[in-house]
Amino acid sequence: MVIPLIIVAALLAVFGKRLADVSGGDDPRVVPTVLLNTPFPAMDLAALPGREFGGLSTADLKGQVSLVNVWGSWCVACMVEHPTLVALNREKLVPIHGIAWRDKPEASLAWLAKNGDPYARVGQDPRSSAAIALGVTGAPETFVVDAEGVIRYKHIGPITPEVWKTKLAPLIAQLRK
Amino acid sequence: MLIELGHFALALALLVAVVQGTLPLIGAHRRNTAWMAVAEPAAIVQALLCGFAFATLMHAYIVSDFSVIGVANNSHTAKPLLYKITGVWGNHEGSMVLWITVLSLFGAAVALFGTNLPRSLKARTLGIQGLIGLGFLAFILFTSNPFLRLNPAPAQGNGLNPLLQDPGLAFHPPMLYLGYVGFSVAFSFAAAALLEGRVDSAWARWVRPWTLAAWMFLTLGIGLGSWWAYYELGWGGWWFWDPVENASFIPWLTGTALLHSAIVVERREALKSWTILLAIVTFSLSLLGTFLVRSGILTSVHAFAADPARGVFVLILLAIAIGGSLTLYAVRAPAVDGGGVFSPISREGGLLINNLLLTTAATTVLLGTLYPLIADAFELGKLSVGAPYFNAVFVPLMVPLVILTGIGPLLAWKRGDLNGAFQRLKAAAAIAVLALLATVVLNGGDIVNIAAGGGMALAAWLIAAALTEWLYRVRGTDGISWQRIVNLPRSAYGMTLAHIGMAVLIIGVTGSTAWKEEHIESLKPGEYIEAAGYRVTFVTAKEVRGPNYVALQGEYTVTRNGELVTTLRPEKRNFSQPVQQTTEAAIHTTGLADLYTVIGDADAANTAFVTRVFYEPFVPCLWYGVLLMGLGGLVSLSDRRHRIGAARRIAAGSAALQPAE
Repeated sequence: MVIPLIIVAALLAVFGKRLADVSGGDDPRVVPTVLLNTPFPAMDLAALPGREFGGLSTADLKGQVSLVNVWGSWCVACMVEHPTLVALNREKLVPIHGIAWRDKPEASLAWLAKNGDPYARVGQDPRSSAAIALGVTGAPETFVVDAEGVIRYKHIGPITPEVWKTKLAPLIAQLRK
Repeated sequence: MLIELGHFALALALLVAVVQGTLPLIGAHRRNTAWMAVAEPAAIVQALLCGFAFATLMHAYIVSDFSVIGVANNSHTAKPLLYKITGVWGNHEGSMVLWITVLSLFGAAVALFGTNLPRSLKARTLGIQGLIGLGFLAFILFTSNPFLRLNPAPAQGNGLNPLLQDPGLAFHPPMLYLGYVGFSVAFSFAAAALLEGRVDSAWARWVRPWTLAAWMFLTLGIGLGSWWAYYELGWGGWWFWDPVENASFIPWLTGTALLHSAIVVERREALKSWTILLAIVTFSLSLLGTFLVRSGILTSVHAFAADPARGVFVLILLAIAIGGSLTLYAVRAPAVDGGGVFSPISREGGLLINNLLLTTAATTVLLGTLYPLIADAFELGKLSVGAPYFNAVFVPLMVPLVILTGIGPLLAWKRGDLNGAFQRLKAAAAIAVLALLATVVLNGGDIVNIAAGGGMALAAWLIAAALTEWLYRVRGTDGISWQRIVNLPRSAYGMTLAHIGMAVLIIGVTGSTAWKEEHIESLKPGEYIEAAGYRVTFVTAKEVRGPNYVALQGEYTVTRNGELVTTLRPEKRNFSQPVQQTTEAAIHTTGLADLYTVIGDADAANTAFVTRVFYEPFVPCLWYGVLLMGLGGLVSLSDRRHRIGAARRIAAGSAALQPAE
């Protein structure tokens, strides 16, 4: 007769703990990528015509720690994070590659011309093949890839100076060791 | 001014709840009739005060009084009147006032209609009801006050989430609350019976109509929610195993179990402590749903704005209500049990298996819903549990349940005759096999169609078995008599209707799962998509204006074998207050299947539009099934044994309710 009481007490304890976690800033909506600590999926994306550095393939990600940023000229939140990416590139903090997701090359190029171009390589992904392989849920999303080409982190949403300082910069410093 | 009166009324209601939650309970303990007698007027005053508070809030929404924070945040002058009214419960604070209003109305209903209840049981039931009200009134007044003013008042409000501006959703929350909160009566009766230390068939008979009413409302409420998700979200599905959906479905499962186990208590005075436990658990699960939806600890598409401070308050309420009632259960339940042993092959044996299957199903759904949370708490990693889990565990539990639902009613109480039941069900079994064969012959013998055939066979079995049972009841040695058809108790008809409704629902689930077609293409004018023999041709798209939105409306002609069937106009609405897009699917229904179209974004040249066409066979059966189940509840509720005195019922009813031998 006391069994239901014990089960409920255990459940309530779990709820209480979760409630404390959530108030402490642990967002239950964040589900990390299943690709964490796995090699960046194989892809070979075409370049935006006329850009200096060419398209993006998996092989390009080996050799040094880099960011891969999924964006689109149609994406409002990408506009929000863009100044931060431009600043990171200006200070040469980390190479940033772009994946132009579901976009027309002219639109991507015009957007970069207008807002600044922080990217090393940019690959086109007009049919979402790369986005699907990466499990992208929405733009912008940014992957931290280590020197071996392994995904170490995925950030969902715009990168702000705050995100850079508290999450990405420490992780990158650690990966470079 | 009116809104302050409403606020004041709710504060007064809190004080009344203190009185209602203490004096009658103490009075019942001390056998003081004067103290016990306080319960009824207190419950009625409580309902009047909460009803008045709710009315003032509704008034503020109707006249768009933006000096009230809730109205400013959730309403807008350009909104149609219906959605100004439904905006009252489209937000956390207002929905809690609806919650407490429904609770107090149930309390008043027990006070007014429970005339044949023993005095102390009634006082205790209303006392517990008062304590629940006390907890929630404190919750509203201290953490979620909808009566707060805003100074200066804005000239215009923020508007209601456009997804909620929909007739399906307008009545979904009130129905759901009538269900959730209705189970509070069963809970209070259970706690009162534990305090009394006595559970008997009379108790079961008193609880039954309240359980039945709550179950009926919950059934319709879940059905409305599913219907809304189906046509409003534009995903072409009707059930997503979302945590919030599950939060309403779990108490439905245990409530259904309660409905059946209460019959065993009424007829055989067995399963008493189990039934008490179910009554406690069902309402506790309703409270748990409220907590999960409002605390932000689970992720869902339609959660309220999460606020951990409120979460703590509800968690404490939960601990007191569930912890308290289960402690009472642990202490007192051993005293109420008795009459226990019975044959497995009997009506009560069947009902027991029904209960085991339903509660197992409820547990598995609960486990799947809470698992991400438990994993989070023990840092086992973040994850989500989706439809594959639920389908894999739920369906295997439902199959034996449905088979049993066909057999159970044909078994007699005490000692059933399984062979006899099988003899009578030969025709039903043959019909089920025919349904399986017909499905496979008509659609092909691959695994999907064999599974679908199994689903159709189950549905056919259940309908045939329910009709067989009815036939044996109305047929005597002289054939079927009109007299017997009329005299059969309404509760028997209620059961038959609800069971057939279940079968119809299974047809909908099976058909829409197995044979759904989904096509997505970008269409230019003149281009078409073909689905299930229909050709959906895109004609044009234009901009149309509604009262508080601008919509892109597509025009599609639907033809079949070259003949025009209908013209569909799906919309994509852009609301400005607040800024949000909603999808309005256009649905052509034949009554047995739906052709469902959704218009999406245009391409860069603005000539081609992404069009989704779903062929949804048998989806209407889902709604028919839900309606039939609700109707079954209503018919059963109107049974005369719920209205007349206990002594007469036992004399008149027990013979009539026996299945024909």
